Amino acid sequence: MQRVSFRDYDVRGFYDEMFSGSEAVRPSYRLFKDFLEKTSWKKLKSLQHSTDRAQLSLGMTFNVYSDNQGVERILHLDIIPRIISGEKWDHLTKGLEQRIVALNLFIHDIYNAQKVIKDNIIPKDLVLSCASYLKQCIGLKPPKNVWSHISGTDLIRGGDGNFYVLEDNLRCPSGVSYMLENREILKRTFPEMFEQLKVRPVLDYSHCLRDMLESLTDFEGASIVVLTPGIYNSAYFEHAYLAQQMGAELVEGRDLVVQNGYVYMITTNGLQKVDVIYRRVDDAFIDPLVFNKNSLLGTPGLFEAYLKGNVVLVNAPGAGVADDKAVYAYIPRLIKYYLNEEAIIPNIKTHICSEEKDFKYVIENLENLVVKQTDGSGGYGMLIGPHATRAEIAEFKEKVKNNPRNYIAQPMISLSRVPTLCENEIQGRHVDLRPYILYGKEVRVIPGALTRVALKKGSLVVNSSQGGGSKDTWVLDN
Amino acid sequence: MLSRIADSMYWMNRYVERAENYARFMDVNFNLSLESAPDVKQQWKPLVDITGDWPLYESLYETVQKEKVIYFLGFDPQNPNSIYNSIIKARENARAIRPELTKEVWEQINHVYFLMKDGCKKKSWKNKDPRIFFNKVKEGCQLLYGIFTTTISRNDGWHFGKIGQLIERADKTSRVLDVKYHILLSTPNDIGSPLDLAQWAALLKSVSAYDMYRKKYGRLTTLNICEFLILDKVFPRSINFCLIQAGKSLNTITGLNDGYSNDAEKQLGKLKAQLQFVDIHDIFSDGLHEYIDDFQEKLNTISTAIYKSFFANKYVESNIKT
Repeated sequence: MQRVSFRDYDVRGFYDEMFSGSEAVRPSYRLFKDFLEKTSWKKLKSLQHSTDRAQLSLGMTFNVYSDNQGVERILHLDIIPRIISGEKWDHLTKGLEQRIVALNLFIHDIYNAQKVIKDNIIPKDLVLSCASYLKQCIGLKPPKNVWSHISGTDLIRGGDGNFYVLEDNLRCPSGVSYMLENREILKRTFPEMFEQLKVRPVLDYSHCLRDMLESLTDFEGASIVVLTPGIYNSAYFEHAYLAQQMGAELVEGRDLVVQNGYVYMITTNGLQKVDVIYRRVDDAFIDPLVFNKNSLLGTPGLFEAYLKGNVVLVNAPGAGVADDKAVYAYIPRLIKYYLNEEAIIPNIKTHICSEEKDFKYVIENLENLVVKQTDGSGGYGMLIGPHATRAEIAEFKEKVKNNPRNYIAQPMISLSRVPTLCENEIQGRHVDLRPYILYGKEVRVIPGALTRVALKKGSLVVNSSQGGGSKDTWVLDN
Repeated sequence: MLSRIADSMYWMNRYVERAENYARFMDVNFNLSLESAPDVKQQWKPLVDITGDWPLYESLYETVQKEKVIYFLGFDPQNPNSIYNSIIKARENARAIRPELTKEVWEQINHVYFLMKDGCKKKSWKNKDPRIFFNKVKEGCQLLYGIFTTTISRNDGWHFGKIGQLIERADKTSRVLDVKYHILLSTPNDIGSPLDLAQWAALLKSVSAYDMYRKKYGRLTTLNICEFLILDKVFPRSINFCLIQAGKSLNTITGLNDGYSNDAEKQLGKLKAQLQFVDIHDIFSDGLHEYIDDFQEKLNTISTAIYKSFFANKYVESNIKT
């Protein structure tokens, strides 16, 4: 019987989450590695196969925008988990809490007093030119002054073993359903490991989410809905999943109607009032009367009902101003400004192309840098200099020159690797980490995360839309 | 319940029922063709006729062949009513109302969906005996009914689903009956002949009615078979039974015991009454085919009335005013 072996496993060149050297296993992975080595290769493959099947029958599929409508794929779940020690996690939690508090203070400031601009911490033009900045939100004070209640922060671990913030997702971060379902599946795959390892549970996320949403109104029995763009949206599985787990109604824009400043659902029995909307529709599409006039996904009058305080939108429109990639560069300074603290989780060094000095550097060093669109997401619209062709670099040079405000550049970070089940052996694959944060009365970081993994050998792009997969993330108890 | 969700519940169930019934149609035609005398050519056009999609078939294919008809009714993406499209649409509706369903229902819908996709990939219409594939589809749908029945709460959603299923079933039973009208017997003298009765028996079997019919009537006669499939009050696939049950679900939704509170209840009540006060001789004297035509038209009226009474967005006007 051929057993799983790490004899030929290559740890060179990158931070490996399981091994600290070719022989030395990290403490958090010790038990799991021993377990793997007692398992036959055939058994491991068959466990992976059952996982694929479980995902299909659960309908854990997503649509890829560039594909034809109706083309569904599963987000491949690699069964070898990403394990993080409790100690490391607690440190990250503090950093995430700090960051989300500061970012919310920033958003509130931008739409109200704008002190941060008056004190010359961040340039006015840079903030007001953010694609997600909404002038309609000026003067807005959302419940509890929180703008981004539900967020997911992308972290990466560099070659030095330290975690860095790669980007913030303050609008509609997706993937939390995969965190929850991956755990359900892996509990069936490795039940014995959960018994031995004391993995912190993620199960209560949907309860916390519901509690948080209910806390945003002042009365009992609020009617909560999840607003989805519909079944062709790439994250539809998640919208339906969360609605179902929370016992909330899953609605589309066309199910809602605004009358006399209140929002109602259209039911077989007439109209029914809605109090809290967890909306997974982008700002621009929520209300054709105020934003994108051609939007078919939204509800006319919704924004006005929100301004009147008759309905709560989660997250608040306009929150995206703080996850613009140019604003990102200023976040350590914002944390200092609002909280008088140093950032616990550092940023990656970022060059802002709209600033003259940085612009020159970026243009001259494109082949060494990762260039990103400031309002982009999902791994679209970016250049990975060291992996790009000469033509691609030339093309980006033009783009950056034509619209410097639209781009930032960062050095290439060698993401850490986790052993991953490949065709005939286990090899290291690059990963990132997206923990999820809830912010209502208080900040809650769920002890788990979506670990995204670049399945292609050598690839650094972990996005599901670009051939990435996922791993369950185990946070151990101390 | 949300109008859109009620709508999807209704259609999800209709499409599953449609897929299952098309799978049954395949079976009935196979059985009929096997029962026919050696000199009689296999008849596949009637099968397309009863689905009402003959004009579409004609525009797509030049000749009527067994394999083409099986493809057209079972697998053809160009035929909006093919089993393939019914299952896709059933699943799409299920996806849209995923939070209303149980995990078990959703997984079974997915199972049937992947079964269908697999059948397309393997070109199952070319199989020597495609009935094996269609039987799997039928069983997959039946398992779904079972899981639906044992895991879904009897709320409005359930009743809208039930109405969709029963209306579709009534429609399809009426179409199965009509197949006899379209099948050409060699001579008029064949009516009542052993061949004729063998065909009726095959037809009964196609709607799982053979055993229950035998229990009630014993002997096979055209009149009794039609009476059983149209007017029987307790056989679950008879037209009358379907409408009685659909009426009960509709009343549960509106909370009404008598009379009507909207057009859906009114139209359904009228058709129910018509079935209640008719006997099989009346139907035959008007002509069975004509009776079924008229019935199908009225069933469409009911379907439209249900849409207008419950699913349509009546608030579009106020939408603009805000």
